[in-house]
Amino acid sequence: MPVFALVDCNNFYASCEKLFDPTIRDTPIVVLSNNDGCVVARSAESKALGVPMGAPWFQIQEIAKTHGIRAFSSNYALYADMSNRVVEVLSQFSPNLEVYSIDESFLDLSGFTHLDLVDYGQQIRKRVSDWLGMPVCVGIAPSKTLAKLANHIAKKRSAYSGVCDLTRCSESELIQLLAEIEVGEVWGIGRQLKQRLNKMGIVTVRDLRDADASQLRQQISVVLERTVRELRGVACLELEEVAPAKQQIMVSRSFGNYVYTVEALAESVSAYVSRAAEKLRRQHSLAGAVSVYVRTNPFKPKDPQYQRTVTMPLAEPTADTMKLTHAALQVLKYIFKSGYAYQKSGIILTDLCPENCRQVSLFAEPEKDNQSKQLMATLDRINQKFGRSTIRLLSEGSRKDWHMRREKLSPSYTTNWAELPVVKAR
Amino acid sequence: MPIVPMSSPIFLPETCPDIRWARNDAPRRYRPLGLVKVSAGFPSPAADYEDRRLDINEYLIRNSVSTFFFPVEGNSMEGAEIFSGDILVVDKSIPPKHDHIVVAFVNGERLVKRLYHRNGRLALLAEHPGYPAVEANEGVEFLIWGVVVGKFKRFGC
Repeated sequence: MPVFALVDCNNFYASCEKLFDPTIRDTPIVVLSNNDGCVVARSAESKALGVPMGAPWFQIQEIAKTHGIRAFSSNYALYADMSNRVVEVLSQFSPNLEVYSIDESFLDLSGFTHLDLVDYGQQIRKRVSDWLGMPVCVGIAPSKTLAKLANHIAKKRSAYSGVCDLTRCSESELIQLLAEIEVGEVWGIGRQLKQRLNKMGIVTVRDLRDADASQLRQQISVVLERTVRELRGVACLELEEVAPAKQQIMVSRSFGNYVYTVEALAESVSAYVSRAAEKLRRQHSLAGAVSVYVRTNPFKPKDPQYQRTVTMPLAEPTADTMKLTHAALQVLKYIFKSGYAYQKSGIILTDLCPENCRQVSLFAEPEKDNQSKQLMATLDRINQKFGRSTIRLLSEGSRKDWHMRREKLSPSYTTNWAELPVVKAR
Repeated sequence: MPIVPMSSPIFLPETCPDIRWARNDAPRRYRPLGLVKVSAGFPSPAADYEDRRLDINEYLIRNSVSTFFFPVEGNSMEGAEIFSGDILVVDKSIPPKHDHIVVAFVNGERLVKRLYHRNGRLALLAEHPGYPAVEANEGVEFLIWGVVVGKFKRFGC
């Protein structure tokens, strides 16, 4: 019988910040999205104060100040490292693990059913807390959808002490639990679907579990039918262990300030191509085409609007940053129009193929290709050792007015020698 | 055997059917050329005794997933040979015990201290006559972050 555990970190971004900053142990904090836009994470204290998820920071910052709420910019370097560590610790508890998101993983516990699973869940919580200072909750159930619900129960009801195991519930206990949760909490049921189901008389998770599955398949979708079966304890979803290689790689960002010149746009496009090319080489692929797009701010309809995307196929698939940048900049020159306030640019590498499967073109120069490969390998090694963009193309520029606004960024406590947390010997 | 002049070939598929002849219209197949040199000659007599080169990480870090680095500023721990500028190796997976050197969060500060936990007394001690101990009482916000398992430093040569 399959058994899944869903382990997720409580207030992950906020917890990462609190781990290293001794001044905010009991302070209500929030973490903001790119460009310090909206609230994407809240500490327990901020939740208690009623700060809504997704609130635009500029709207709430005055109220925040009066309540002593501190805001932080998203510190991706820190969160990624802590996430990797959490996953590494979790992998000690099961041979099969699926990293579902930056702060959630599914564990396959089907080989552990002879154990007391609540106790096992508590061991997981204790180790992640002791070793990493990260609070987590564990939900255990015979299907992934139920495991997610079990996790929700573990998180919301303190009586469970952070671990909820639905496999040890009797049928009636389980039905009682599900009757107390509203249907919108189920994995895959968004706001619109929830409203549709409510209109059909399906209000609680129990209602959904008891509903006519084939009727739901006809009226809504086969995905919903699968959800119903999962709620009944039938595992329809498997653990996805290996993320498939991406079929296209996109890098894009909104700008911190509007950009008006092709030179500044070229800097951003160059930087994005470098990043995308790194990802391309990491998954051992080559790109056969490059797309570039630019656009103005669609939320300012009074301003002149312009957006354009153009894709350029390459003579030969490549992973060479310089060749890709050259192509991207050619496209940019072609699509750029002056007189507009650009708010976002992006590039997409498409038509990917595996490294070892290229067809050699009539114009190929194998020796130059080897040199380029070696150069890229060296570039990647140096950037990996000394930090991203240690070596970058001149076209990426140094002024960087368009860089993402992150004014409240905490130090990269665990990934940058220059930003380690200092302890005082006093 | 008669000596046959080379100008008139006699070894042909028709005259020697027992020989396996290559077809002129056979499909081409590409085989990779071995680009790696194969060394011939004596194998190294030291090969059996080879050990791996020493790695500082193995010496200083026992459990890398729970290990973090903290640079030190100040001299209150000089008695324990911890000096300003050292980088501490802190392992959160080690349960803190009496006499361990620890990183602690105390009243909004990150400190390095020696842990005293005996006979009901819990305190954080300095290793320098000029600095007082911090007792765990009401009003003192005390969190033992992790145990210091080592330190390292680089000279600017």
